[in-house]
Amino acid sequence: MSISVENTQLKAAKKSGNLRRKTIITIFLCIGVLAFVTIAGTMVSHNDLITDFTSKNLAPSMSHLFGTDWLGRDMLLRTLKGLSMSIYIGIFACFLGMIIATVLGLASATMGKHVDSVITFVVDLFLSVPHLLVIIIICVAVGGGLTGVVIGIAATHWTSMTRIIRAEVKQILTSEYVHVARQMGKSRTYIAAKHIFPHIFPQLLIGFISTFPHALLHEASITFLGFGLSPHEPAIGIILSESMKYLAAGYWWLAVLPGLALLIIVVLFDVLGDNIDKLINPKSMHR
Amino acid sequence: MNEQLKFIGKKVLRLILLLLAVCISTFVLMDLSPVDPMNAYIGGNAMKLTQEKREQIEEHWGLNDPMPVRFVKWGKSLLKGDFGTSLIYKRPVLEIIKEKFSASLVLMLIAWTLSGLLGYFLAMISGAYQGTLLDKGIKGYCYVLMSMPSFWLCLLLIIVFSVNLGWFPIALGTPIGVLSENVSIWDLAHHIVLPAITLSVIGIASITLHTRQKLVDVMSTDYVLFARARGQSTMSIIKNHGIRNTLMPFITLQFLSFSELFAGTVVAEQVFSYPGLGQATVEAGTKGDIPLLLGIVIFSTIFIFTGNLIADILYAVIDPRIKKGVQL
Amino acid sequence: MESVLTVENLSISFTQYVKGLEKRELTVISELDLDLKKGEIVAIVGSSGSGKSLLAHAILGILPENATVEGKITYKGEELTEQRKKELRGKEICLIPQSVNYTDPLMKVGKFVQLSVSESKEEAKKRQRKVFEEYGLSKEVDDMYPFQLSGGMIRRVLVSTAAIADSQVIIADEPTPGLDEKALNETLKLFTDLRDKGCSIIMITHDIQAALKIADRIAIFYAGSTLEIANREDFCGNGEHLRHPYTKALWMALPENGFHTLTGSQPSPLQLPKGCLFSDRCHHCDEHCHVKRPDLESVHSGKVRCVKATIIHEHAHEHDGIIHTHKHVHNEGEEEHVS
Repeated sequence: MSISVENTQLKAAKKSGNLRRKTIITIFLCIGVLAFVTIAGTMVSHNDLITDFTSKNLAPSMSHLFGTDWLGRDMLLRTLKGLSMSIYIGIFACFLGMIIATVLGLASATMGKHVDSVITFVVDLFLSVPHLLVIIIICVAVGGGLTGVVIGIAATHWTSMTRIIRAEVKQILTSEYVHVARQMGKSRTYIAAKHIFPHIFPQLLIGFISTFPHALLHEASITFLGFGLSPHEPAIGIILSESMKYLAAGYWWLAVLPGLALLIIVVLFDVLGDNIDKLINPKSMHR
Repeated sequence: MNEQLKFIGKKVLRLILLLLAVCISTFVLMDLSPVDPMNAYIGGNAMKLTQEKREQIEEHWGLNDPMPVRFVKWGKSLLKGDFGTSLIYKRPVLEIIKEKFSASLVLMLIAWTLSGLLGYFLAMISGAYQGTLLDKGIKGYCYVLMSMPSFWLCLLLIIVFSVNLGWFPIALGTPIGVLSENVSIWDLAHHIVLPAITLSVIGIASITLHTRQKLVDVMSTDYVLFARARGQSTMSIIKNHGIRNTLMPFITLQFLSFSELFAGTVVAEQVFSYPGLGQATVEAGTKGDIPLLLGIVIFSTIFIFTGNLIADILYAVIDPRIKKGVQL
Repeated sequence: MESVLTVENLSISFTQYVKGLEKRELTVISELDLDLKKGEIVAIVGSSGSGKSLLAHAILGILPENATVEGKITYKGEELTEQRKKELRGKEICLIPQSVNYTDPLMKVGKFVQLSVSESKEEAKKRQRKVFEEYGLSKEVDDMYPFQLSGGMIRRVLVSTAAIADSQVIIADEPTPGLDEKALNETLKLFTDLRDKGCSIIMITHDIQAALKIADRIAIFYAGSTLEIANREDFCGNGEHLRHPYTKALWMALPENGFHTLTGSQPSPLQLPKGCLFSDRCHHCDEHCHVKRPDLESVHSGKVRCVKATIIHEHAHEHDGIIHTHKHVHNEGEEEHVS
């Protein structure tokens, strides 16, 4: 009897270990691939992308996995460069967005009713115009360039996180241990540092990782539409936008492979976010 | 009835407030824009003007007034229905929006209906067979679609159906060289199929995932548990409780999706060179046509809010709990 | 009398994930026994978390997928397999759910009740109207939504779903909370009426007073197990006819018996004591109680899971013979009276 009980416990432990291990391995795999793409893209120099008319418009082959373009440049290198550029922009814009969300979320939760309703109204305002249009307006207002893209994406990716932080902070502030801390005469900074930040930090992390794919897609769309970056920059949206001119000529690889690479990056980030979420909030397993 | 009127009144008031805020913020943003206002209001030949003429025009347009004054002036003309003149089309903004929107509307309507019907159907199947291979397949398909850049999907469809199979034209809403009066319905239909399919495929993902989640929630309620205890099969549970309790959230979501629909239209029209409001937006943006851009922002806000308002009204009219004035 | 439904050695456990994705098995019900005879009402009494509702769900086969069930449930002498449960539920075995949450918020209650009838739509409508009439629900109620009904009316609607189906066994899950005295008595009357028509009823409740009003026998649940199955007549005086210290404590905690509330609380499924489940709160507890879970044994025409009950019983036999014999006769007399 006792042996069989131990046995089932052992099995359960093994199974749980497997799921836990699987989740952690997935997380590290995703981070590995993403880091590889980003670093590899950064290492691609302009010398690697010089024009070579002896090898233009080549279909994918072993020597050029993604083929070459009309200037004989290797599409794999261009894609890597473009992806890493887009990832940097995405990370920076997302980071900005999270800062906006933290500041406004905290202000909304702690600075009284009026501030709260103003911020809620601003959130509604940003949700009532399509994000793409907001980014376009900001790009036009800033006069294009990298700044426009970054500000535009940051400006459209903070609303939901603000709501989450607002709710979270409000809940923490009404909780028992904060009351106790207040009664013990702890300062506001102490409460913020000791009770609020440790709670919203994991939320911010999950928020950052789950917002990032959207930011990346918006970045790609906006550069594809011709806003922001100049056509010489190798952003992934620009590469794909250029490929449109060669579709009719049958150079499918110019559009298909870089787009596929972008899709994979986005999916990897989604998987990464899901798995970290699983580790932090086990309830999401039962969804 | 009184309750409902109050409810709708509140919503309309909110629209007016939001619209005002949108107008102010866009106006300020456009004012920050380095685009030369002379260029913006008169067109590309501003450079050729003499200094004297330039000043005259500046005076006439009030370009030297402080921003609030200019905003009030602009607002007044807006209320009279004068949105200014488009720089690239050299015609009144309102006229352009009307014309371009009617072209986009057909596209949007087809895409919206198709993605709604298909999305709901897929969601019901996926939710009913929750956890099975079929469910995982549909879910996976939606996740991939959500992660896919929409313009890339357009490119893929062009490569497959236009370039390789030659079923559809590669670009343009109407055939080149044909006057717009001579374009037949068939030509229009021919050119609208691919963008419409792209737009519906993009739209399906979110409606399916959300409605599926809603059905999964319904399937885990106590009343569905009781239905199982009463010996009802999954199919009859879906028929009796599933559809009843997911239809309203679904319709609401459909009307709330106007924002994504608009964004999708911008991208699809650009790729397929479909002469609608989306393409006009991109052109206005890239060429610095500020009056047109302002007009489009205001129009799209109204468009999206109309969707939200319809959703709210439908809820108030259909849901028996709101209808009877019960606080939920 | 023959048993319609018996539950032997039932245990239910759930698989759960906790923080950091550790997996664990949570056993909520263990070694649970019950039997239900034809035409009787058995009340299952226990505080929340004692596994009452889960028993109902296990009998009907509607537990969630991460649940594992062990043990044996028999219906009319035939083992209730999952397949058999599927065939019988809603027909011969019916559930009366506990609250308005079990009604579809967007469905008119008339139609909701009709769903219990598998015959044609007209037949369903006719029967629903008839049942509503019996229960004093007017024609307007047919077209009302659950949120428009009072607690007592909802209760009658919920009972209708079982009454309409010609069932043999009815499991009523918490049918009484939130009802005033009048509505309570009305509801209990609905159950006695159903019993008089030949139904066997399991009434799950935490309200021992309501249970004593109509039940023939009472099963006491504690931390997922049956501690005692007693006859209604055993609940009298200072509880000297009751077999388990917990049952006695419940009885003495009633207002009319002096409100002697029991200290401590039911152990969580994660930290069950090794021996008797009640040992940490029991005044009679000694080292014997910590050795192993006591078996459910017959004592005095009832059943009890307590080592001491048997010892006390024998003890009483040796030293208190006269009183004991007297008690015994008294008991038998009551049994005759019941049947």
